[in-house]
Amino acid sequence: MQKSLHIDPNKCTGCLQCEMACSFENYGVFNIAKSRIKVFNFEHEGRMVPYTCTQCAEAWCMTACPVDAIRIDAATGAKIVHEDVCVGCKVCTIACPFGTINYVADSGKVQKCDLCGGDPACATACPTGAITYVDADWAGLEKMRLWAGKTDTQPRASA
Amino acid sequence: MGWTRKILRVDLSNGTCKSEPLNMEWAQQYLGQRGLATKYFVEEVDPKVDPLAPANKMIMATGPLTGTPASTGGRYSVITKGALTGAIACSNSGGYFGAELKFAGWDMIIFEGKSAKPVYLSIEDDKVELRDAAHLWGKTVWQTEEIIKKSHQDPQVRVCSIGRAGENGVMYACIVNDLHRAAGRSGVGTVMGSKNLKAVAVRGTKGAGAIKNPKAFMLAAAAAKKVLADNAVTGQGLPTYGTQVLMNVINEMGALPTRNHRDVQFEDARKISAEAMHEKRPTDGKAHLVTNAACFGCTIACGRISKIDETHFSVVNKPQYWGASGGLEYEAAWALGAANGVGDLEALQYANLICNEDGFDPITFGATVAAAMELYDLGILTKEQIGLEAPFGSAQALVALAEMLISGEGFGKDLALGSARMCAKYGRPELSMGVKKQEFPAYDSRGIQGMGLAYATSNRGACHLRGYTVASEVLGIPVKTDPLVTEGKADLVKAFQDATSVFDSAGVCVFTTFAWTLADLQPQLDAACDGDWTMEKLALVGERIWNMERLFNNAAGFTAKDDDLPPRLKTEPAKTGPAKGLVNGIDKMRPEYYKVRGWNPEGVPSKETLSRLGL
Repeated sequence: MQKSLHIDPNKCTGCLQCEMACSFENYGVFNIAKSRIKVFNFEHEGRMVPYTCTQCAEAWCMTACPVDAIRIDAATGAKIVHEDVCVGCKVCTIACPFGTINYVADSGKVQKCDLCGGDPACATACPTGAITYVDADWAGLEKMRLWAGKTDTQPRASA
Repeated sequence: MGWTRKILRVDLSNGTCKSEPLNMEWAQQYLGQRGLATKYFVEEVDPKVDPLAPANKMIMATGPLTGTPASTGGRYSVITKGALTGAIACSNSGGYFGAELKFAGWDMIIFEGKSAKPVYLSIEDDKVELRDAAHLWGKTVWQTEEIIKKSHQDPQVRVCSIGRAGENGVMYACIVNDLHRAAGRSGVGTVMGSKNLKAVAVRGTKGAGAIKNPKAFMLAAAAAKKVLADNAVTGQGLPTYGTQVLMNVINEMGALPTRNHRDVQFEDARKISAEAMHEKRPTDGKAHLVTNAACFGCTIACGRISKIDETHFSVVNKPQYWGASGGLEYEAAWALGAANGVGDLEALQYANLICNEDGFDPITFGATVAAAMELYDLGILTKEQIGLEAPFGSAQALVALAEMLISGEGFGKDLALGSARMCAKYGRPELSMGVKKQEFPAYDSRGIQGMGLAYATSNRGACHLRGYTVASEVLGIPVKTDPLVTEGKADLVKAFQDATSVFDSAGVCVFTTFAWTLADLQPQLDAACDGDWTMEKLALVGERIWNMERLFNNAAGFTAKDDDLPPRLKTEPAKTGPAKGLVNGIDKMRPEYYKVRGWNPEGVPSKETLSRLGL
């Protein structure tokens, strides 16, 4: 079974524990500037939205890369940047429609979410369940369950 | 390590910024944030200094856990001599600013002197400079954040600033960061304004990587987060209802100060409660509350984000207030509501928005309005003097007075003084409900006796955040004590004050203490910070910080006489509720407290106490 990150913005409080966990997992530091997941705060609407790579099946970043530095991890389905191959040309950052692959000046390479090898630190760190790691084919299951619960199929007592 | 080991000293008079190493010997004795910055402050500033003189300094300080994944680890504090109180001031704020300052590589910023013209401080990691703020002066907090983010072309910059209240010398101006989080009390924003410092803009990309043992720290932080999640208050009550969960509870206790403390229960408490914020309004069918929200790193998320009723008289034709914004929290809802007898939730939210937008403390403002309403009720202030009719319960008056304060016109000048100076001006100083010129928060000490002692002895003037015995007397945390008796409260207050000093110095939020004790904080500090951080060491650090603040206040001219409550709370019994017939027993508790503290009957720490604490 393939799994994918599932984000429910309604549950996000904007605490940024996911960003801290991401930077610690990937760089061993607590530094949200290095996080591959970002939480956006739409202050005037009262909405906080975590956002990161969705691991497109047809990944334009991967297609665009001239040196084949972005490859699929067979186990997780993640599109992985191979830093030893990446030349920092940034074409992938132009190709990605969502902005979720970014250049890192310090390393001269690009970085993106790699699903932490199948145990995403952001999902583990999220205190509210806004970020979960679920069956990729059933990302909508929890939403279905909630709506199912609202469906009234019981016979009613006569009025 | 925990600390970045670097402080930034900004001389506003000469326009210079320089980096200094952090005094690590002091860090071992005073931890960080409140404790460590106060140590710097008392070493460098004459206690007799005029708070608004250039010789006063102002420190913005993070703690060792600020910017780490410790739950609530995003706090910073502003330490100075308070404009409102003339006592040591330490105002703590959440949001994201504190963590960003840490990420930029700074433990604290010491501001000294006074700039000749308005400036703001720009920090991008090591690149630090004072910039002209002529274009920002006269702007609100909200405008200032927007203008700076645009001009820096960086939406990720974090800003703290003063609004027009801080510019215009309102004695209880705040420093507001991230639109609606504030270092709120004692007039720290007034001090910032007196220095012609409009804002601090920070972008940090270095992170807070300097943790002694990262693996052990992550385990300790995770265990402590579980304690918060499993606790009924921090895991359910606060995220669902916010601090407003207290409104009905405290009202039923007979401890909700109402109409300038004339009453201890408010007949309309339900209308301004957390429950009311969840209910759908008849006007637009929407609930006041939009969502809860967290500060940096916080797994509690007590913050309230609400939308005001667009048809309410206060905001008709003012679309700038229609969006989602911060509030209402319990203290603001009480001060703007019950304290004045106003039961109109939307009017309270409007006044609260003005407080955030222009940076002034809703507690002191609300309590000052309450005092003005009592003066009006007694005929001491007239409709002509105030500019409108101001009876208790008038939402129109509340809204108009908030606008008047910011315009600085007419009676707004008197409101800007705070209740103590305003009541003194009109010959009735006893009608100011506070201690050391700072107004009480939302707990009447006739119904919660320990809070009377906590208020009277708080080093920054009346305050619920120095020793929150409400936790014990009302909620049974960590043990239940009887709120109606004075016995045992001296020990209780001391224990809360000392422990809180540690939490305030660590970089975490005091609300964790609904679930955490020092035993939950200690493993996180020990894994993060150089040195051995044992329970014994932390207990001593807390008591040392408390006594250091006390020594500063004593040297500033405060005496035992200032550790007292207004006559109303000592002579006018509660009229209703469980505390009916009771006054506060401060005169009985105070001597007991001095004894427990190891102070002489004049409230001066004894030689033995000072030597035991290494002071």
